[in-house]
Amino acid sequence: MDSFLLQVTAGLANGGIYAAVGLALVMIHQATHHINFAQGEMATFSTFIAWAMIQAGVPYWVAFVATMVVSFVAGVLIQRIFLKPVEKAPVLTNVIVFVGLLVIFNAFAGWIFDHTIKSFPSPFPVEGMFLPQYFSGHQIGSITVTLVVLLSVFCFFRFTPLGLAMRAAAFNPESARLVGIRVSWMLALGWGMAALIGAVAGMMIAPVVFLDPNMMAGILLYGFAAALLGGIDNPWGAVVGGVILGILENILGAYVIGSDLKLTMALILIVTILIFRPYGLFGKPIFSRV
Amino acid sequence: MSATTKKIIYALSAIALFLLPFLIEDFRVFQVNLVLIYAIAILGLNILTGYGGQISLGHGAFYALGAYTSAVLISQFGMSSYLTIPISGVVCLVLGVLMGFPALRLAGHYLALATFALAIAVPQLLKYKGIEHWTGGVQGIVLEKPTPPFQFELFGNELSEDRWLYFVILAIALGLFWMAHNLLSGRVGRAIMAIREQPTAAAALGVNLTFVKTATFGLSAAYTGIAGALSALAVAYIAPDSFPAFLSISLLVGVVVGGLGSISGAIFGALFIQFVPNVADEISKSAPWAVYGAMLLALAYAAPNGVMGILKNIKKRRQA
Repeated sequence: MDSFLLQVTAGLANGGIYAAVGLALVMIHQATHHINFAQGEMATFSTFIAWAMIQAGVPYWVAFVATMVVSFVAGVLIQRIFLKPVEKAPVLTNVIVFVGLLVIFNAFAGWIFDHTIKSFPSPFPVEGMFLPQYFSGHQIGSITVTLVVLLSVFCFFRFTPLGLAMRAAAFNPESARLVGIRVSWMLALGWGMAALIGAVAGMMIAPVVFLDPNMMAGILLYGFAAALLGGIDNPWGAVVGGVILGILENILGAYVIGSDLKLTMALILIVTILIFRPYGLFGKPIFSRV
Repeated sequence: MSATTKKIIYALSAIALFLLPFLIEDFRVFQVNLVLIYAIAILGLNILTGYGGQISLGHGAFYALGAYTSAVLISQFGMSSYLTIPISGVVCLVLGVLMGFPALRLAGHYLALATFALAIAVPQLLKYKGIEHWTGGVQGIVLEKPTPPFQFELFGNELSEDRWLYFVILAIALGLFWMAHNLLSGRVGRAIMAIREQPTAAAALGVNLTFVKTATFGLSAAYTGIAGALSALAVAYIAPDSFPAFLSISLLVGVVVGGLGSISGAIFGALFIQFVPNVADEISKSAPWAVYGAMLLALAYAAPNGVMGILKNIKKRRQA
């Protein structure tokens, strides 16, 4: 029973990360109906920036905040420079641009910071202060940070005029434009926020899985699965989906299939959800008119 | 161009294709073989993505499946190398059709996502312990290149294993390109493209969506699988790490460079993904991928129809 609970708590911590990645994907999907394949590599790159700052002697939390700011700005710039010209282009063109970005970020992460596996520091104490037999300090810390991020995103969208404008731009671009919202800039803001959330997820998972240019490939897959499980148009769904997946992954990994097939499990999950319930647990079915 | 000049050009290119391997050293022949193999795989992906409009980021999986089918049949069952090529094609055809069914319900980004997941999962699947005694696990499988059935020399170069394979691959490639051309320029090709443009209208005009879409997926997978099988023979060694997730992306780069929805573009795409990384590799280990990425972005904005699109524009301007 004890080892089972340990798997659940470890799953909870990972689930928080998947939830964050899933949320970043949902944010871009809500605003543009696109799936950002480069999300994982962008997050990895942000984590490398944080690593470089910490190596240079910058205190952890300063580096943390600085990375968030840099990622936000980079996200906005990417949308302005690379995505805006293809806003109205066919899906295939968009996918090609996303894949191009993925490849570029991956290549530059390897080029600048090389391919050796690096350890990334955790700012939290080793010993957890809450149920120390089940939670490590980093697990509690990463769950807390993820919760804070999710809560701030929620409050931003729910209670600020800018959040309202962004929701309007995503919900109905034409009408939003008519009432004076700069829709395209709202999309750029969405990209910035997604990049920021991704960076936080990267910095929280790096102490667990170690840092290398391909760190996020598997995590991105689980983030996708989380977003799909919860419903790709529902931010809360992504969070719930991430937590469910984190726990499921750990329990199945420990007792059923072993750790060699974790990615295959994500694949099967994604395909199953897409076939049987493409709008996820909490999403709304989409009907298209001819 | 008159019919006679066309005939002369065909004859000259046939002679050039025959002489080519004897004019270059063995290692170059090996590279040319890989170009032909990539061209087949890229053509396969282009049938699906360029003509059919179904985005696959996971065709490396079919390439790997073809290679493994061929290698396992040769090493475990002592089957003739040549016989394994069509078998790999059929295996991938069946699996492609099976993949085609979920793909029916997935449009655009979602299909890209599902196939992307497939690409990421493949190397891990190939390393799986449960199938290790077939696949050789992380170690992979070492094969022998098929030996040429007869011997002769030309320009002081003998018919080596690589040169013999060149002719085998060339014959298969020509056959497959010819088939694709006939298929796509006819009724079937029109149906495939009609579904890409307007699925509902195509269905209303009597195109069987389910059949055409799954068959396109199967055909595309079969092409890529045959390419994979040929690559196992040409390289004579396969391991899970020969089929990383980025292989699928290379194939997509090849399609985009050559030109979406163009058959002969596959050659340009294959030349690009075979030789550009070698050149860029000298700058840095990561440079090839940076070049790939930059190329994808540049083409998406400037030349969405790749090399063939550019050639077409030049031709048009000359005539105008």
